[in-house]
Amino acid sequence: MKKDIILAGVGGQGILTIATIIGMAALSEDLQLKQAEVHGMSQRGGDVQSHLRISSDPIASDLIPEGGADLIISVEPMEALRYFNMLNKKSGWLISSINPFKNIKDYPELEDILKEIWKLPRYVTLDADKMAREQGSIRGANIVVLGAASPYLGLKESSLKEAIKTLFGKKGQDLIDLNLKAFDAGKEFSLNSNS
Amino acid sequence: MKKLLLLGDEAIAQGAIDAGLSGVFAYPGTPSTEITEYIRASQEAKNKGIVAEWSANEKTAMETALGMSYAGKKAMVCMKHVGLNVAADAFMNAAITGSHGGLVVVSADDPSMHSSQNEQDSRFFGKFAQIPVLEPSNQQEAYNMTYYSFLLSEKLGTPVLMRITTRLAHSRSGVIRKEILPQNNLSLPSDLKQFVLLPSIARKQYNTLISKQRIFEQESTESGHNHFIEGKDKSMGIIACGISYNYLLENYTQQTIPYPVLKISQYPVEKTLVKKLYDEVESILILEEGYPILEELIRGLLDEGKKIKGRMDGTLPRTGELNPNYVAKALGMNYEEGYDIPKTLKARPPVLCDGCSHWDSYYALNEALEPYSKGRVLSDIGCYTLGALPPLNAINSCVDMGASITMAIGAAEAGLVPAVAVIGDSTFTHSGMTGLLDAVNRKVPITVMLLDNSTTAMTGGQDSPGFGHLESIIKGLGVEEEHIRIIKPLRRHHEENVAIIKEEISYNGVSVVIPRRECVQTLAKRMKLKHAKDKMQKESQSSKK
Repeated sequence: MKKDIILAGVGGQGILTIATIIGMAALSEDLQLKQAEVHGMSQRGGDVQSHLRISSDPIASDLIPEGGADLIISVEPMEALRYFNMLNKKSGWLISSINPFKNIKDYPELEDILKEIWKLPRYVTLDADKMAREQGSIRGANIVVLGAASPYLGLKESSLKEAIKTLFGKKGQDLIDLNLKAFDAGKEFSLNSNS
Repeated sequence: MKKLLLLGDEAIAQGAIDAGLSGVFAYPGTPSTEITEYIRASQEAKNKGIVAEWSANEKTAMETALGMSYAGKKAMVCMKHVGLNVAADAFMNAAITGSHGGLVVVSADDPSMHSSQNEQDSRFFGKFAQIPVLEPSNQQEAYNMTYYSFLLSEKLGTPVLMRITTRLAHSRSGVIRKEILPQNNLSLPSDLKQFVLLPSIARKQYNTLISKQRIFEQESTESGHNHFIEGKDKSMGIIACGISYNYLLENYTQQTIPYPVLKISQYPVEKTLVKKLYDEVESILILEEGYPILEELIRGLLDEGKKIKGRMDGTLPRTGELNPNYVAKALGMNYEEGYDIPKTLKARPPVLCDGCSHWDSYYALNEALEPYSKGRVLSDIGCYTLGALPPLNAINSCVDMGASITMAIGAAEAGLVPAVAVIGDSTFTHSGMTGLLDAVNRKVPITVMLLDNSTTAMTGGQDSPGFGHLESIIKGLGVEEEHIRIIKPLRRHHEENVAIIKEEISYNGVSVVIPRRECVQTLAKRMKLKHAKDKMQKESQSSKK
């Protein structure tokens, strides 16, 4: 088993939460893991990404080779485009929220961004903000996207949910329930949109 | 033992704790910050009484660590690569004094300049100081080699330099711990003149350092950190330094590497290892993250030997960090490319946070300077450096820590009056104070905008060493009290702030304007913590009822 995952977003959007949950789930399944993060200047509203590699065998590089990513998970649609060169053309999936984070003047039309994503053979695009709100809070949008990616992660759903419980455990049962519902909503959408 | 999931930085921190560390000293700087943060947050370190402190700058941190080593305890000092320039005086001379308690210097390089103003290679500094340098390739090695570095330092009486790069510093992986060693007891060097670098003693000490060079080389081989891996295909040999070894392995996940490989993680490198490889192959590919240091050495000035491929002949890019694809190309291998990046994509550079006080400070400064020609603002290193970008376009320099004030002095003395320096509170106490003293002594007409957000913001909100006493420092340096002006950088004070800055700019002497408002990030963090504490208190009160 080996999955190379690019997590994409804008500094402050919390892609590391997704990375942490996948990482915890992978460890609970005794998998190896490497996770390269961005710290420093770019965290101030710039583009950020994390290279997350999980495998049953030892992992060499901290960086995923170009054209090698099994999965791009993006919490922002334009940021999904930034890593097209990383995606495996034969089997790679792109999972992205369609909720723009506009902090630049020349932000493109959402329609033009989605047109590019929809050219790919394998993708899931979803209104994560709306779905999170329906489950109780827009703050769960990250987890909705994670849920949508979950069928393609090669990890057990139970491991991912356990990780969510552990991570949000300190913050109370309400937050755990909210995030589990967000996860399920994302997962259901993803499975239905590609059946 | 259970594996810990650690950043490269954190692996270094844990390795130091387990090797019997007594103190870590540092000034925050990407990508080194998380080493000291980890030790500061570690309950284990607290229980052991390990001192873990932010210093005013890298030089004071380096000297403090040296002092702890003098007193017989194991000490570590951490910084980013350019921080080593600041600490260089102490660093170079610590090589001459030698160490007593184990002394490890960590310098985290930033090739590709993700968060830096250059990509200098600290291995060069290690060679300059003529001390052993370790360069781990992964998180486990970062842990192991830190642990080893303390033992090596004590065995050979020398400081040891640990060099990592951004990718390892900020990448997480599983790490297994070693046996935990105790801290040292307080003890002084047997020769109490060892640290007195009077010329007569320094000469003796320098000869001692030179005489150790051969031992340093042997150690690099005997430690196992540099080792030879046999390969059948002699058309090429590969030398892989530090993290580049991973990129090599990445290209051979399905097969063994056909070529002989020399894996390098410790310097100085012994000649015999390189000679063995050189003699049995037709050409050599050298993979180095950073400068082509080993490549230059092996090519030699004349470069008339066997064919060498690396960063100097275009086989690999001359600048920036390596990755698996660059290495694949250098190996002559094909790889599956991904999709073209759509033209719809736009750049998203970092920006100042919404609500950040720097916006208001810069809007006011820009307006105050409107009557004058452009190009009068010398600035410094911190979040506020983002003021160089649109829409603010407010500053004209960012060179090194503290250079704003001193460059403004030089520009003013050249006739550029008014000249303005923009510097943050933490940068000011790091390296700005001495420059301000120069300005006061010479009564140079500059205005210093001391942007006080009461934290070291860019690196994540570490304590600011001048917090609570900036005015008394400035007064103590001799700035006249009536020209120290504290303003509130808020939109509703804009007109008033512009007027104050204008007044001080027109003053024919040294003035300091301090826009003071807490960083929005640290404020949010503080409020969150307060909220959580209040909640806990309420809950415990209601449970008592």
